[in-house]
Amino acid sequence: MTPIQRWGATAGILVLAIAATFVLDPYRNYLLAMTAAYVCATSGLSLLVGRTGQLSLGHAAFMAAGAYAFALTSNALAEADAPGPVHLLVPFLAAVVVASVVGLIVGVAGARLHGPYLAGLTLALVIALPAIASTFGGLFGGDAGLYVSVERRPDWLSTVIATEQWQAWVGLIVAAIVFGALAQLVRSPSAIRMQAVRDDESAARLSGIDPVRVRVGMFGISAAAAGLGGGVLAYVTQAVSPGAYSLTFSLFLLVAVVIGGVGTLAGAVWGAIVIVLVPEITTAITEALPLPAELSQRLDGNLAIVVFGVILVVVMLAAPQGIHGAVAALTGRLRRRRPRTAPPAPTT
Amino acid sequence: MSTVLLLLGAGLARGAVFALFALALVLIWRATRIANFAQGAMSVAAAYLAYLVLVGTGSFALAIVTVLVVGAAIGFGMERGLMRFVPSRSPLNSIIVAIGAVMVLTGLLGILFGADYKPVSVPFSREPIMIGELAIVSPYTLFVFVVVAVVVAGIALLFTRTSLGLAMRASAFDDEVARLNGVRVSRMRTLGWMLSAAVGGLAVLLAVPTELGLSPHSGDLLFVNAFTVAIIGGLDSPVGAVIAGLLIGVLLTVVTTLWGATVGPIAILVLLVVVLLVRPQGIFSLRKARLA
Repeated sequence: MTPIQRWGATAGILVLAIAATFVLDPYRNYLLAMTAAYVCATSGLSLLVGRTGQLSLGHAAFMAAGAYAFALTSNALAEADAPGPVHLLVPFLAAVVVASVVGLIVGVAGARLHGPYLAGLTLALVIALPAIASTFGGLFGGDAGLYVSVERRPDWLSTVIATEQWQAWVGLIVAAIVFGALAQLVRSPSAIRMQAVRDDESAARLSGIDPVRVRVGMFGISAAAAGLGGGVLAYVTQAVSPGAYSLTFSLFLLVAVVIGGVGTLAGAVWGAIVIVLVPEITTAITEALPLPAELSQRLDGNLAIVVFGVILVVVMLAAPQGIHGAVAALTGRLRRRRPRTAPPAPTT
Repeated sequence: MSTVLLLLGAGLARGAVFALFALALVLIWRATRIANFAQGAMSVAAAYLAYLVLVGTGSFALAIVTVLVVGAAIGFGMERGLMRFVPSRSPLNSIIVAIGAVMVLTGLLGILFGADYKPVSVPFSREPIMIGELAIVSPYTLFVFVVVAVVVAGIALLFTRTSLGLAMRASAFDDEVARLNGVRVSRMRTLGWMLSAAVGGLAVLLAVPTELGLSPHSGDLLFVNAFTVAIIGGLDSPVGAVIAGLLIGVLLTVVTTLWGATVGPIAILVLLVVVLLVRPQGIFSLRKARLA
């Protein structure tokens, strides 16, 4: 596919998804917007883990960086009475810039190294997040976080669609931009450099590739993507707080990447859908069961964590290709079956 | 003067616990080249069972025995039941599987015990001993020191003076050669996991009374602190882990006393970034090449 065809395919999917928002009820549109936000983060993380072999356990922290940047910018613009389009777009720009700067700092420190170092560093980052928010409470609003005053949908649209549907549109458009850009990256020469660095650093170095630059670059890109996701979350929920970007949420992002299929963009979308739907399902189950209030409160949330943990282990051990691998195997088998029936089977 | 001594004592005690937990990480790293990201959750699970024993019997000694035995059992289960089957194509795989174990353990602990902090009482006073006008150190701090010193000395003796320790070192150093010389490498690996998990569990049990209490997430921050300690000490150096642990314990206590408890995780984060930028191989590491 040429770059234009690839963008065209992304735009096609976007149009279909936007059409789908007309069928969905408000709550499902809200879930769709959340999924779109998660897609931004998981697609960047998936490429990071799968293409350059760097593991981040703290991608929620980059989402938080984007979300806080979005919130502060959006609130400042609201106060300055900025015109609508500026108030809508500039905060997203701020989210990308801040998240990539934070990502580059962390990347320079940790991305030069193999193995557990980057994972440990990003873990330390996401664990320090509540502490950062409360230490600089004047700016970030402490544990309670910030209220985000956002630009709502244009007036001429407000008679046609509901708030949740508009939020889903914004989320889908941002996700499509991230997805399209990363799809270009996967097909570019950079992708080959990344693979070389991942598979054999010495060989890559001999071929004139600078591994540090490739790793730090990919880390910055994936942090920027996560930051956009955080911006979408801030826009949709109109709130930012450290509790929303916990270690658990960060690990959910990793689960999404692994379930979907590490290193694939389609897998990142599958994964984002799974981490939105599974907690919905486990909550529905615990609510349906006749349990004492205390137990049901403990099950809520924790049950999803246990389920994800089990899925993570099982997928890693039994099906490391994830959902994307399963889908690809299935469609591949169908595709192969057709030509096989056409020519007569050679007898040996 | 008194305040300085008290701070130093509290910092060293905190550091001793960090050192113990970091030692657990170093033990597994040396035995299997795996950074065990499940160490925190495994240790907290063992500490919860010890807590049940403590509440049931009231005996802290029995709780310590429980944490060691249960910790070793969890380590055995993790190695034989899970980590052994992880494909070793990429070092990331073992980390991801360990994260899966973390989620299962913390989720189950949350369901069984709830998210609130369980206070753990100890049979030692937390009030400092007075010598004349000078408050020196609390009995509990002393107790932590003694326990950590005994465990560290025991591990050192095990590795340097016994044939079992020699076999464990050999299989960590070069498993092929060790196997050719008749060492049961896979058994040594399992033993390494059991030893490490028992030590980690003990570290959590010792840390809990001075911190907020026991909760499913008690291990998170302790793991990050101990990981930083292990990195600074050099991941494969037990001596480095102990020295770096004590140093960071004092440093963290001074920082949190000056600017409040919330600054602790930020200080650790900054420290980790600086160390990774300046000297990623750690201060006491034997190996130079960590990039390959």
